[in-house]
Amino acid sequence: MNKDQTIGEILRSKGISRRSFLKFCATTASVMALPPAMIPVIAEALEKARRPSVIWLSFQECTGCTESLTRSYGATIEDLIFNVISLDYHHTLQAASGEAAEAARAAAMAENEGKYLVIVDGSIPTGNPGYSTIAGVSNVDILKETAKGAAAIVSIGTCASYGGIPHADPNPTGAVSVSDLINDKPIINVPGCPPIPAVITGVLVQFLTFGLPELDDLGRPKAFYGQSIHDRCYRRPFYDKGLFAESFDDEGARKGWCLYKLGCKGPTTYNACATTKWNDGTSFPIEAGHPCLGCSEPDFWDGGGFYKALSKPTGDIGKTAIYAAGAGLLAGAAIGGVMHARKQAAVHKHQRATIDDLGEGS
Amino acid sequence: MTDVDFLMWVRGPAFNVATVILCAGIVVRILGIFLMGRKPNLAEARGSEMVGGLRTMLHRSIPDAGTFKRSSLTVISGWVFHLGLFVVIFLFVPHILVFEQALGFGWPGLPSNIVDAIAVITIIALLVKLIHRLRDPVLRMLSEFGDYLSWFVTILPVVTGWLAFHRLGAPPPALIAIHILSVELLMVLFPFTKLSHAFTLWIARWYNGAISGYRGVRS
Amino acid sequence: MEKIEAVSITVEGRGASHAPSPGCSSPSMPTGNLVPLLYEIRHALKRWLDDGQTHVIDLRTIPMSPDEERRLLEVLGDGEVRAGLAALGSSDVTETGFPGVWLVTHRNHDDVLVGRFIEVCQIPEILKSQAEDAAAALQRLDDLLANAETTV
Repeated sequence: MNKDQTIGEILRSKGISRRSFLKFCATTASVMALPPAMIPVIAEALEKARRPSVIWLSFQECTGCTESLTRSYGATIEDLIFNVISLDYHHTLQAASGEAAEAARAAAMAENEGKYLVIVDGSIPTGNPGYSTIAGVSNVDILKETAKGAAAIVSIGTCASYGGIPHADPNPTGAVSVSDLINDKPIINVPGCPPIPAVITGVLVQFLTFGLPELDDLGRPKAFYGQSIHDRCYRRPFYDKGLFAESFDDEGARKGWCLYKLGCKGPTTYNACATTKWNDGTSFPIEAGHPCLGCSEPDFWDGGGFYKALSKPTGDIGKTAIYAAGAGLLAGAAIGGVMHARKQAAVHKHQRATIDDLGEGS
Repeated sequence: MTDVDFLMWVRGPAFNVATVILCAGIVVRILGIFLMGRKPNLAEARGSEMVGGLRTMLHRSIPDAGTFKRSSLTVISGWVFHLGLFVVIFLFVPHILVFEQALGFGWPGLPSNIVDAIAVITIIALLVKLIHRLRDPVLRMLSEFGDYLSWFVTILPVVTGWLAFHRLGAPPPALIAIHILSVELLMVLFPFTKLSHAFTLWIARWYNGAISGYRGVRS
Repeated sequence: MEKIEAVSITVEGRGASHAPSPGCSSPSMPTGNLVPLLYEIRHALKRWLDDGQTHVIDLRTIPMSPDEERRLLEVLGDGEVRAGLAALGSSDVTETGFPGVWLVTHRNHDDVLVGRFIEVCQIPEILKSQAEDAAAALQRLDDLLANAETTV
C-alpha cells in the first residue's frame, strides 16, 4: 500500500465511490456528535489526509477494549482498519505472529518515524517488569521504545488511561498508566471499562481528521467526556425530587427511580453513556437498572464500593465514632481525676481563691 | 491532586479524623461538665429537681412574651435557621445515608426539591442573623471572634451543599469534596467553640430547672 | 472462515430498524422535542424558500421517545420521490410529504442503522453525482470505447 496516497485516493482506487465516502463522513460526524455543518469539513480533511500507521500495543489487559472496538457500528471496523488507518500491529486482530509480527512492527516504526500513532490498551506493570512481557521484552521497555518515534499516543480503556483494575488496592504488580511513564508525547485518554465502541472510533477519527482534540484535566476528549452521566441521565427528575430505589427490583426500581442509594456514581462520572449509550443506542447501565460504576474515572475500583452511595464516607464511621467516644471517656476521666485531685489538695490546704486566681479582673 | 483524589481523601481519611475529633472532643467536654460536680445544697428540698429539670429542658424552647417582644428578630431568625438546619441535615436523603453508615439505620427523608427550598430559607435566616449582629450596637459590642467563626462554619456547609446539589461554580466532584470538607471543618471545631451548645444546652437547661425545682419554684 | 449467522433478538420497545436516540427516556416518558423539531424544520423550509439556504438536522442528536419518533415519521409521511443507495451498505433517501423536506436513512453492511438526517434543500448532496466519480467514469468510458469492437 502506497503510504503517500491520500485516504481519498486510496478509497477510490479500491472502488469506493466519493458518494460512499460522503456517507462515511456523515455517519462518522453523527457518531462524533458533530453538527452536520462539519460533514464537508471532515470530508475535506479525510480526503487530503494520508493514512497514518497505527501500532496497537496490548499490555496488562483483558482484551475488553479491543472487543468493544470490534462492536463499533457507525464507522465499521473494516472501514477503519482498511481505509482510514493502517493497522500495522495488533496482537488479537493480526494474522502474523512471532518474529514476523515483531519485524512488521519494527519496519512500520522505522518507515513512519515521528508520524505513527500508538494505541495502548492495558496497564503497564512496574513492580517486576517480567509480570507482563511480549516476546520476552517487558511492557515498560516496549512502550518506551515504541513511544520514541510516535506522533501521539491514545490510551484506550481505564487500564491504559489510569491503571484500571490492576492498579486497584493493593496493586500487586505495580501497575501504572501510560501517562505515568511517558511525558514527552501528546497522550489522549479514552477511559471506560470498556469505553463505548462509538467513542473509541469517534476519538480515532476525530484525531485523524482534526488532530489533537480539546482535552479535560484528566486528558479525556471533551467531545465525549465533557458531560457527567448525572447531567444527562433520564432518571434525573427522580433524583431532583428525592425518589430513590431502596434495593434492586423493589417498587421504586421498577418505576425507574434514581439509583443514588444503590451506589450510583453518575454525579462524579464523565462519559457518553447517557447520550450515546451502548449496543447502538439500546441502553446503558442505569437504564438497565444498575447504578453507574464510574468506570471512566481513575481508581473507580477503590471508590468506596460500587453499592455504597456517593455521600457516604468510605470508612467504618460507626466503629470510629465509638472508639473515639471511648477514648474521650478515658481522657475525660483522667483529666477529671487530675482536676479533682488538685481541688482536693487546695481544699486541704485551706487556700482561698482570689479573683486573680480565676483569671478575671481588669 | 485531581478532583477525584480530593474527593476520595475527604470521604476517607479526613472524615475519620473529623469523626474522632468530634466524638472524643464532645465526650471530654460533657464528661468535664459532669465531673466538675455540684456543691451540695444543704437546704431542705421543697420540690423535685428532676421534674423541674426535665420540664425546663423542653419548656425553655418557648420564649417568654417579654423576650419575644424585645428581640423578635433574634427569636424568629433563630428558630427558622435551626429548624432549617434540622431539615437539611437530617431529612435530606444523601445525608440520611451518612447517618445510616454511622448508626446502622436510616429513616425516610423529604422530597429533595423541598429540602432545596428550605436550604435557601436557612441561608437567608443565617445572613439576617449576621447582619443583625453587625448592626445592633449591643450585639456588636458583645460579639467575639468565636461568634463569627461559629457562624461561618455553620453557613459554609449549607452554601457549599446547595452549590453541590445544583452543580454550580466548579466541576461537580470538586463541589462535593468542598462541601464534605466544610462539614469536616464544622465537626472539628464543634467541641472547641460555642457550637457544642447543641449538646450542652440540655445539661444547662436541666440544671437551671433543677435549681428552681429543688426550691419548689417554677423556672 | 464462515460468517456467523446473525441471530435476531427482540428488544422490547425497539426494533432493529429503530434509530438510536441519545438521552432517550424509557418508552413511557415523552421528551416534548417533537413539536420544537417540527418548528425547526418549518423555519428551515422558509429560509430555503426565501434565500436558498439549506439545513441538515442530525436526528441522532435530538432525544425522542420511540413513540415520538414514530409520530415524526407519520407526520412527515411519504412524498413523490424514493431513492435507494447501495454505498457502504444501503441508504434510503425519500422526499417526505412536505416537498423540500427530505429524510436520509443510512445503514451499514449489516443492515444496522448508522445515521438518520432530515435535509431541507432542493436535493440531498448524496444523491448528486460526484465530480471525482464522474472523472473516473470518463476514464472507464474512454477505455471501453478504445476497444469498441470487442467490448461494445
